[in-house]
Formats: sequence, C-alpha cells, structure tokens
Amino acid sequence: MRPIVLGIVLLVAVVNLPVRAAEDAATQAARWHDLRVAIFGDRAITDGAGVLTLEAPARALDAALVPISVTLADPPNVKALYIIIDANPSPLAGVFHFGPAADAHMLKTRVRVDQYTLMHAVAETADGHLFVAEQYVKAAGGCSAPSTKNRELAMARLGQMKLKAVSEGSDVNALQLLISHPNNNGMQMDQVTRNYVPARYIQDVKVTYGNDLVFQLDADISLSEDPAITFGLTPRGSAPITVEMHDSSTAVFKQSFDLTAARS
Amino acid sequence: MQPRHFTGLIVALFLTSLDNASGAPPPLPVTEVASGIFVRQGVQEDATPTNNDMIANIGFIVGADAVAVIDPGGSRIDGERLRAAVLATTNRPIRYVIMSHAHPDHVFGAAAFAPDHPTYVGHARMPGALADRGEYDRRRLAEILGVKGTGDFVVPTLLVEKELKLDLGGRVLDLSAHAAAHTDSDLTIFDRSTGTLWAADLLFVDRIPVIDGSLVGWLKVLQDLKSLPAAHAIPGHGPIFVPWPAAATDEERYFNVLLRETRALLARGGNIETAIATVGQSERDKWLLFDEYNGRNVIAAFKELEWE
Repeated sequence: MRPIVLGIVLLVAVVNLPVRAAEDAATQAARWHDLRVAIFGDRAITDGAGVLTLEAPARALDAALVPISVTLADPPNVKALYIIIDANPSPLAGVFHFGPAADAHMLKTRVRVDQYTLMHAVAETADGHLFVAEQYVKAAGGCSAPSTKNRELAMARLGQMKLKAVSEGSDVNALQLLISHPNNNGMQMDQVTRNYVPARYIQDVKVTYGNDLVFQLDADISLSEDPAITFGLTPRGSAPITVEMHDSSTAVFKQSFDLTAARS
Repeated sequence: MQPRHFTGLIVALFLTSLDNASGAPPPLPVTEVASGIFVRQGVQEDATPTNNDMIANIGFIVGADAVAVIDPGGSRIDGERLRAAVLATTNRPIRYVIMSHAHPDHVFGAAAFAPDHPTYVGHARMPGALADRGEYDRRRLAEILGVKGTGDFVVPTLLVEKELKLDLGGRVLDLSAHAAAHTDSDLTIFDRSTGTLWAADLLFVDRIPVIDGSLVGWLKVLQDLKSLPAAHAIPGHGPIFVPWPAAATDEERYFNVLLRETRALLARGGNIETAIATVGQSERDKWLLFDEYNGRNVIAAFKELEWE
C-alpha cells in the first residue's frame, strides 16, 4: 500500500515546492484527512491524550535537523509507531515496529521539515487501536536544502554506526543509535549535468537484542542526514545488540554492539 | 553566512523594477584598505529586499596588468555595482573573479562580470558545493529579491586543490584551499606585497560566525592562517581591515566555548535539545545576530562531535 499511495502524495508536493507561508487550519486539516486515509484507510483514530505525547520545537533552528520525541504511557501494549510530517514531500517519515525486547516508553529521532507543518505521531496498540498526537512545527527548506557540511567525511564514514548510552531524565535504559548516512533525498540539482543528484536513503533498520527484535524501522527521506534514534530496551543479560540497515542503493550495513561497552 | 529570513517577495519585485528603470548601476563605495586593495563593507544583517543581499565584505585587488575581484557579491545589483566600482577605479581588465566559498551572499553577483570574460576561480570542491546548494539558494534568494534581482552564480573553472599563485603583474596572490571549516570549500587569498590576508568568511568580526563546515576544522585552519606573515586581514563580515592575527581572538574564543561545552555535555550522555538550550549562552552579548545563529551552530557542533 505505502509506496503507491505516498508516490501520489510526493508528486503533488513536488509541484508545490516553492516554500509557502503558513497554511490555514482548514487546509492543514484537509491534508491530514487525506494522509490518514492514505495510510490507515477508514480505521478509527482516537485522540491520544493519556496514551502518547509528541514533542517538537515550535520553531526549528535547522530545518534539516529537527529533534522530535515521543513518549508512550503503556509501552508493552504498543505494537507500532508512525511518524508523519504532513507537508513534507514524503510525509511518512518512519514506522517503528516494536519487538519483545523493546521498552517503547520513549522514542526520539531527528527529521527534515520542508515547510510549516503539522506533525503526527500515531501509536498502534496490540489490539489494533490507533491513537494520535499532534504538533505544529515552524521550519522550512529541510528537504531540498543541502545539509551535508563535509562531503568527503560523509562518504568516508558512510554506513558507520555508533551505539551509546544516553541520559534522558531519570531513564537509565536509554540507548542512542547513530548511523552515518547522507540520507540524501534526491532533490538537489547538479549544476553541470542539470540532473538531480540520485537519491540515496535509508529504507530499513532492524535492531535485535540477542535473538529478540527491539524494533524494525521502515524509514524514508524525511529522516535527517546521519539519523539518530534514541530508544528504550528491556535489560536481559549480556546478549549483543545487532543493527542491520538497508539503503535505497541496496547496500547492507551490519554491526554488533556489546551493551556493557555502550554503557561504559 | 547564509540568508535565513525569506520574506517580502512583492516588495522585492517592486524594488527590482526601480533598479531597472534607473539605468547604469552606481559604483559601490569602496575603500582602499592597502595599496591596490579595495573593499566594500557589507551591512551586518541577513538578506532583505531592502539590502539586496549586499551583506558581505567584497572587493578587488589591482595589479600592474590585471584585476582580481574577490567575491562578486550577493545579488545581481551587488555584482553590477562592484563591477562599476572596478571600472571607476582602474582601466586594467578584470582577469579573475575569485570566489571564497559557495554561500549566496558571496556568489550571486558572479554573472554580472560575464562581459569581462574573466576566469572564475574557486576551491576544488566548490563545483560540488554549488551542485548541492546552488538551485536551492537561488530559489530562496529569489523569494526575497525577485528572480531578476537574484543574479546568478558561476561554476568556477580554475580550481584550487591546495595552493595556487595568480600573477596580476608585479603582484602575486597566494590562494589556499582549506579543509572543511566555515564551509567545505573555503579559499583564502594572501597578498604578500601588502601583508594582507583576505580571510573572507573564515573570519567573522562582531557578527556571530556561521558553522557550515566543521568546528574542529575551522579552529585548525585558523592556526594555519595565524602562521602567515600577514599584518592585516579582511573579514567576510564586520570591519573591512583588521589587525592579524589579533582579530581572530573573539572567533576562536567562541569556537572553544562551543567545543568545550558540547564535548562536556556529550560525555554526560546529554541530548541535542539540552545542547541547543544551554551551549554557548555566555557568548550572547558578544555577537550580533546571536539568537539567529547560535542554536544552529550548536546543532552543527553537536552533530560533528557526537561522532568523536
């Protein structure tokens, strides 16, 4: 379902590329209505108050790197989390599918924002219910703007990963995964050839803890360059954490981490 | 730096049509800061329809045989008026247009020099940088200045891998291409005859520097530049002629604050939101446009240093 539907959305958005002023509430609501039908069909979506919260800066300082944060009240009951940036060329930024090793009370990542937009986080519970949280973010140009500051380094480091323990308030089990990847969306034009630079972006990230899935992420071009994902883990012994990542060039990157090393 | 505020399209179109009606562009007011070196001071603002993106320090160097323009300006009118200033100053031909990096406030006047058929000079990575960002910058600048007022950049054909000497006749300019610092394609020009370093955006004075390359790299490049036998420098933003290396002190202090505080936060397992809210705050009263750019610099620093 997803590639076809979002392909249509992408087409519409690209035609409208010049950055526009803020849209009115009715336009935003209509856009979200179209998106939720495209992604979730006619399934009911309930206001997520008390179930999940979505935090994002009201005004982003760098549209190519907007930190967002989702907290979930009842993690064991959450099967998947959808991050949707309504007005982006490809609105569905990522879908996180949680496995038995996840502690999904908190999830953070960094996204690109192409214009002033509503942002939605939708939690899907194990019994198939959908809950939504919403934020409005003022940022523009994050998709078409170049964000690579050091091209040589970006290519030399492509596919490298880091896993480290981070402190998120009182959370002692938070880990952050960094992936070095341009997550290039193919929207920049080469001045010499007049062709667009081919897109190369992360499509799939799978994190396992021993034999158990922590999460599997269906990713897209709306994740920032060098994506960062902060997530929770249910501690269970000394099994290695393995990350496997596929990008749109069909390259596969795989790396294993020792949890005690990440925490030291 | 790069423009950040993009408003006032209609006003820009109106002003552009006024420019067109007024005929030949008046020469930019330039100051001869050292023998044969002429500089126009940019305003300490982001691009607006009123300032026509004339915000960078730009100018030219005159030799016995030829002229080198250094940074052709931030818009069509900026480039045309700089060209008029050259023509009003000397009858030597404009042989080179040297571009210090790919940011719009330094390059969108480039096409205005086409009638002189100069050689356009840039860092070896500059064509790549323009490929990445040129179209995007053009679109954003056109939202401020209108399509006609925006001007056009030119992809350099004489590329500097490391060092290059340009002879203007009795005056040799030493061009150096640097590793990622302000951007990943920074070029500086050293005029040995007057001991002047044209530092462009590797040196910001009064106005907060913008990190669009590498914080660690920039500090390293500053060390290299400080070892040059230069008595004065021309910053990309701020006063047009400053003592060297003394004028780098503020910039280095700011970078070291960012470096120290970001590394300390990372060592504690701190996150990027905390960094944005806390890092560099002691520098707030020391820079123009601090609130517009410090947060972005912190994001750049964090993103660079979290990989150490």
